[in-house]
Amino acid sequence: MRKTPRRWPLRAFLGDRLLLTLATSAALLVLLLMAGIFVVLVWHSRLAFQHLGLRFFVQQIWNPVTGEFGALPSLYGTLITTLIALVLAVPLSLAIALLLSELAPPWLATPVGLAVELLAAIPSIIYGMWGLYVFAPYMAHHVEPWLQRFLGFLPFFRGPMHGIGFLTAGIILALMILPFMSAVMREVFQMVPAVVKEAGYGIGATTWEVTHGVLLRYGIRGLLGAVFLGLGRALGETMAVTFVIGNEHRISLSLFSAGTSITSTLANEFTEASEPVYLSALIELGLLLFLVSLVIQIMAVLWLKRMERRMGGQP
Amino acid sequence: MTLRSHRTRLWTDRLLKAFAGFSALVGIVFLLWILITVVVRGASALNLHFFTRSPAPPGVPGGGLGNAILGTLLLTVLATLLGVPLGLLAGIFLSEFGRHHPLGRTLRFVVNVLMGIPSIIVGLFVWAWLVVPLGGFSGLAGAVALAVLMVPVVVRTTEDMLRLMPDTLRESVLALGAPRWRMVAILLRGARTGLLTGTLLAVARISGETAPLLFTALNSPYWPRSLLKPMANLTVTIYNYAMSPYPDWQRLAWGASLLITLSVLALTVVSRIFLGGREPS
Amino acid sequence: MRWKQALQNRWNGRRSGTAPAEPPRPLYVPQPKIMVRNLNFFYGDFQALHDNNLDIAAHKVTAIIGPSGCGKSTHIRVYNRIFELYRDQRAEGAVYLDGVNILSPEVDVIDLRRRVGMIFQKPTPFPMSIFDNVAYGLRLHYKLPKSELEDRVKAALQAAALWDEVKDKLHQSAYALSGGQQQRLVIARALAVEPEVLLMDEPTSAIDPVATARIEDLIESLKERYTIVIVTHNMQQAARISDYTAFFYNGRIVEFGPTEEIFTNPKNKQTEDYITGRFG
Repeated sequence: MRKTPRRWPLRAFLGDRLLLTLATSAALLVLLLMAGIFVVLVWHSRLAFQHLGLRFFVQQIWNPVTGEFGALPSLYGTLITTLIALVLAVPLSLAIALLLSELAPPWLATPVGLAVELLAAIPSIIYGMWGLYVFAPYMAHHVEPWLQRFLGFLPFFRGPMHGIGFLTAGIILALMILPFMSAVMREVFQMVPAVVKEAGYGIGATTWEVTHGVLLRYGIRGLLGAVFLGLGRALGETMAVTFVIGNEHRISLSLFSAGTSITSTLANEFTEASEPVYLSALIELGLLLFLVSLVIQIMAVLWLKRMERRMGGQP
Repeated sequence: MTLRSHRTRLWTDRLLKAFAGFSALVGIVFLLWILITVVVRGASALNLHFFTRSPAPPGVPGGGLGNAILGTLLLTVLATLLGVPLGLLAGIFLSEFGRHHPLGRTLRFVVNVLMGIPSIIVGLFVWAWLVVPLGGFSGLAGAVALAVLMVPVVVRTTEDMLRLMPDTLRESVLALGAPRWRMVAILLRGARTGLLTGTLLAVARISGETAPLLFTALNSPYWPRSLLKPMANLTVTIYNYAMSPYPDWQRLAWGASLLITLSVLALTVVSRIFLGGREPS
Repeated sequence: MRWKQALQNRWNGRRSGTAPAEPPRPLYVPQPKIMVRNLNFFYGDFQALHDNNLDIAAHKVTAIIGPSGCGKSTHIRVYNRIFELYRDQRAEGAVYLDGVNILSPEVDVIDLRRRVGMIFQKPTPFPMSIFDNVAYGLRLHYKLPKSELEDRVKAALQAAALWDEVKDKLHQSAYALSGGQQQRLVIARALAVEPEVLLMDEPTSAIDPVATARIEDLIESLKERYTIVIVTHNMQQAARISDYTAFFYNGRIVEFGPTEEIFTNPKNKQTEDYITGRFG
């Protein structure tokens, strides 16, 4: 058969080189991104650190006029809302993950799974809107009075009930991290080898017994990883919290009280900060959040990696 | 030997199952509550004016959020154009070149960590690099902030989807005498459903974001004219209007909420159900 | 245009002043297509092939048999240098195709892979139509007018005994075909670029028996034009279709010779044990 000329092999060579260059550059760019975030935050916090030093981290005052800033109220708000969110969301996520992976027949699992996914898809500002206009009043008129009536002896449930405050913010946060955690937990449960589960049921154990005896023990690392992920998410959530936390730099034991979180402080005050020290203090706040979030993320990634390796090594 | 009471065991089991059912119910109830609220309060605001006019001063009827809708569309498209190619290439790097390379391992780790960084911090980052030097808030900065949020998701999706492709496919292409870049092209083609799903999900996520735009694109009452000026967008508008004391504006905020919710949910449902590609983890 | 030539040379690794080495003399068969001399292969520190010496006869079917994991696939994957996709795999020694050592860096590996085609155990159609699958290699290596492209695709599908089954659905996705059909499609794809050698790594082990029989018939008919090397687990298959057989064990070639001799009168005890099913 007649032979026709070949394509110039140069194109192949150049094509390969180009792809490698582009791909490697993209990889390096992403790494630079990460470094860039850190650099920026540290650089712009310098001013505040020079003026305020370490007392920034321990004082409660937040006074733009006098230039004295303390991160404590914001930090407190972030931590307390996150804690409430975790306390509520972790058991619920576990239960939903269990439901979807073990208990529910397909006709139930699909809609419930879809509902949970849609909860995850709803943008945080929508949670904020709903929280401010609908949920907070509901809390103020129905839930908080009820709590105060029965649990008012505890310092957490005392004080004026406006609906806007730590508790409402915590509940909304719980709703927001629930889908993420249950998705990861579901994967953890599904990764437990079927033989292990069958061995449990085979001995005559009930579902609960298989769950806490086998699934939880087997997947404890992965489940903790999921909790870390939820924790990270809750720490960084902005809009939903900003709408319902009240934006007052206050520390109070009462869960009904208004307060602020690091993200809300940033969202509310950043565009209005006129003096350089004010701005720098805000950025230092952001740096604090970034560092805490970074540590949590790294722990989550490491935990999950160790779980993968451990589960992968099982027969 | 005495048997442990069957009744206790059974009741504990039933308790667990009840709790599981309860949790699911909680999720569904809240979901419906939120959706119904948004629909009920937002529907009345959606009329023709809403889509075609820019905002009127409070108290003056006939205003709309057409400028913000356009702004959000522009920001989303630009962010996608910036973020997807970068994410795709980095994902290709991780899957085809960097599997056991130290650079690859570092990148994979960094991407996982980046996925969890609060979006407001990303906003701060872009503020420092693009707003301060350029002297003002800009749509460009907003788009870049959104793109930065997209990149880790796209990288993960691309890497996961490409890794699902079997090695024999890679070898088949090379065995025919093709260069490596053609092999990658075939892999991308084979993974296109999953890649599209992942991209759509990332787009859905950023179109509802507010925090990263707060200090980058800011907001504007005018129609978008220039990328270097603040750009109107739906999410920051909702934030501004919701906190305002004017009922007109609050109504508009609900309308915008409904629009955003519908778009994001539609994108999510479409990519999950109709594309149905393998889920990236 | 000189920079283009220089780039081309660099890519091909051509150094001036190196004289081509003398090809060795045939050891086992007259006029071999491929001659393997002292081939050693490593996965990292682990040595998988020890001192392989072999001749592949032109226009004949050579079968490579042996228990699992003894290096059969590893061996033939050196013939088209596909192992170079993986960083820690390396080959030492020489493999001569028509007298030229293909392991030397000066050889154009893309042309090598056009001349030496490979069929894998699991059918690997590309995510495109049947026509585009077969045309892929053609478009890659040749500049052809559309009518000639169509003719060649048809010829390749006919040579793979698939034309009649797909001629009405050339533009449907290749994934719509059955496993056996997909494997024949892959063969057509490899044949389209007019190779000289076909390497087949357990081509029928993932296919049902009826389709297997068809592919075996195909192999019989193909050897007139091509040299075929087939790795197989299935000894009956080796006995049925091959002219020469090599028995591998633990990365070494234990025995090599005409198929009839190997199966009826093996010289080596290990060969005899394997063939009679005492192990493996």
